[in-house]
Amino acid sequence: MSPEKAQAYWKENISMIIKLLVVWFVVSYGCGILFLEQLNAISISGVKLGFWFAQQGAIYVFVALIFVYVKVMTDIDTKYGVHE
Amino acid sequence: MELQSLIYLFVGISFALYIGIALWAKAGSTKDFYVAGGGVHPVANGMATAADWMSAASFISLAGLISFKGSFGGAFLMGWTGGYVLLAMLLAPYLRKFGKFTVPDFVGDRYYSDTARLVAVISVIFVSFTYVAGQMRGVGIVFSRFLQVDVNTGVLIGMGVVFFYSVLGGMKGITYTQVAQYVVMIFAYMIPAIFLSLQVTDTFLPQLGLFGQTTFAFNDGVRMIPEGTYLLHALDMAISDLGFAAYTDEGSIKSMFLLTTALMLGTAGLPHVIVRFFTVPTVRDARISAGWALVFIAIMYTTISSVAAFSRLNLIKNLQNVEYKAFVAGELSHADGTPNNGNWFATWEQGGLLAWNDRNGDGKIQYAKGAAFDGKKGKPKFDGKKKAEDGHRVTTNGKGAPTEAELAKNNGVANELYVDRDIMVLANPEIANLPNWVIAFIAAGGLAAALSTAAGLLLVIASAISHDLMGQVIYKDKETGKTTLNEKTELMYARLAAVAAICVAGYLGINPPGFVAQVVALAFGIAAAAFFPTIILGVFDKRMNKEGAIAGILVGLVSTVGYAFYFIWGGGDPKDYFLGIAPASFGTIGTILHLVVALVVSRVTPEPPQHIQDLVESIRIPSGAGEATDH
Repeated sequence: MSPEKAQAYWKENISMIIKLLVVWFVVSYGCGILFLEQLNAISISGVKLGFWFAQQGAIYVFVALIFVYVKVMTDIDTKYGVHE
Repeated sequence: MELQSLIYLFVGISFALYIGIALWAKAGSTKDFYVAGGGVHPVANGMATAADWMSAASFISLAGLISFKGSFGGAFLMGWTGGYVLLAMLLAPYLRKFGKFTVPDFVGDRYYSDTARLVAVISVIFVSFTYVAGQMRGVGIVFSRFLQVDVNTGVLIGMGVVFFYSVLGGMKGITYTQVAQYVVMIFAYMIPAIFLSLQVTDTFLPQLGLFGQTTFAFNDGVRMIPEGTYLLHALDMAISDLGFAAYTDEGSIKSMFLLTTALMLGTAGLPHVIVRFFTVPTVRDARISAGWALVFIAIMYTTISSVAAFSRLNLIKNLQNVEYKAFVAGELSHADGTPNNGNWFATWEQGGLLAWNDRNGDGKIQYAKGAAFDGKKGKPKFDGKKKAEDGHRVTTNGKGAPTEAELAKNNGVANELYVDRDIMVLANPEIANLPNWVIAFIAAGGLAAALSTAAGLLLVIASAISHDLMGQVIYKDKETGKTTLNEKTELMYARLAAVAAICVAGYLGINPPGFVAQVVALAFGIAAAAFFPTIILGVFDKRMNKEGAIAGILVGLVSTVGYAFYFIWGGGDPKDYFLGIAPASFGTIGTILHLVVALVVSRVTPEPPQHIQDLVESIRIPSGAGEATDH
């Protein structure tokens, strides 16, 4: 693989990771901690929204994030011909 | 069948299963021993990772901890799962591509330095031993509670079983046993959780039970809380009536933020978790395997929040204002006619994890905020085995009759109870009157959780000694830079190291250092401050060199360990905490210091040699991962 192509691949990888980690930060630190109080104003069946994010919701999003990452990276690997 | 025979049966079957797997998956080479031959299916590896990761503490203590912490408990749930996102994206695929056996392998090779390798070896051993001590103790506790044997005998039996499959099978044996242990553990956790969810909210899935409504009316000691109240409303009402902060009330944002971060970074830096991603065939498998691991962990972790809420509510419903003598004699029932048998109360009182002090002399138990005993953290001191007339254990440090001021604070209820939060999960099925086989299953599950984590840690210790220390440092050929140990000798050293590690772990389990809880927090701090940044920088910063890395590791290690020692053992006053940060959360600061120092030092020292820069380039590209190789 040419150095230029390797650079482009790495750049795409990094930008993907940053996007996904922004989501990771928003659901855990954002919804579950920093804006916990504000979100707690909303409640469904007695469960306050911020509380739910911290105790359950963030975990579901974490799982989804990893599978999205695997899917997108597999596509990027194929695009650059570096898949196994 | 009798409860005791059922427990022997369930535990016996599960142990036979583990030993059978060990015989089948015997390690024939160092590659088998260190990375299970590198051919583990990603789903199986995900399950093994989940079992490896979820320890006796997750299984036994976490729901109880959250039960008493309420909203703040989210820090533990998010912290111990969010780290897997970091692992999947920032570490696992690149380490798999690097393709050696251990974390010190990566540190030593990437930073072309045996000093770095040695520091990594020492940190790995320290982190893993502190962690494993707690696991062996967990094995002992489960044995003593459920099999009526002495804690120390329990530790010895546990050592015997772990010995069998980790020394014989190495990583290969451990991986496939962990798959079986995960299955045992998750059933043991979910079945009682589902029972509880049905009982309390009439909802099958505990995750949804959190949104449910109570199926019973109960008296919290101050007022009746009607049937059909939303679960969390009922809980908030009951515990605020009794003087506690409401269950869903926010705690301090800052401490939650710092603790979550320390746990996430620590999770991503723990050597026994990282090494699991060396065992899969390809880079893509490493990525997806992290996803599967989190799926399997999430099944339990999303249940924990509900179990925590159910058990706190059940505690109040079953204990508030019940007459002790009739309660433990099994003569009481709830308003709807279901029995409220207090047998379990007497059992745990025997073990000293529950205590009652009838301060107002009415013969009934009252539960509210505040301590019922004068000891440290409200812990009771028992007067030998002496029992009072009604059968409760006599204590010597009970507080006297409640004062007017105390009664006024908690709506007229003064606390008479000591509850150790560790009993919540283990006592839950008895409190809820579940069938005997469920209780037997929990015993097998608790043991699976402790054994699987212990085995994973012991293997990491063994390979750090045989592979990294013996193979790469002591028996290193100065000219070629290769090890002079042959495969057979190294495998023998690996087995010997595993035996030695088991003996030390067993010793720590029998004679636990009195500060296990703090030491485990310290292990997390070190994993975060020593390993996480080193590995990340090794992959993402091509310019990072030996000097920067070593300076970074040392600063991370010394600051985190020093802070903990000063405040936990050195008599430091919590008032002097740096920015109010507790030692358990200091790993976050240690990680930041590590990053800053490493970046600054690396920029003022020579750049790494060309072949290292090429190595970094190749780690970044997935293709050609090949098999995990021995140099």
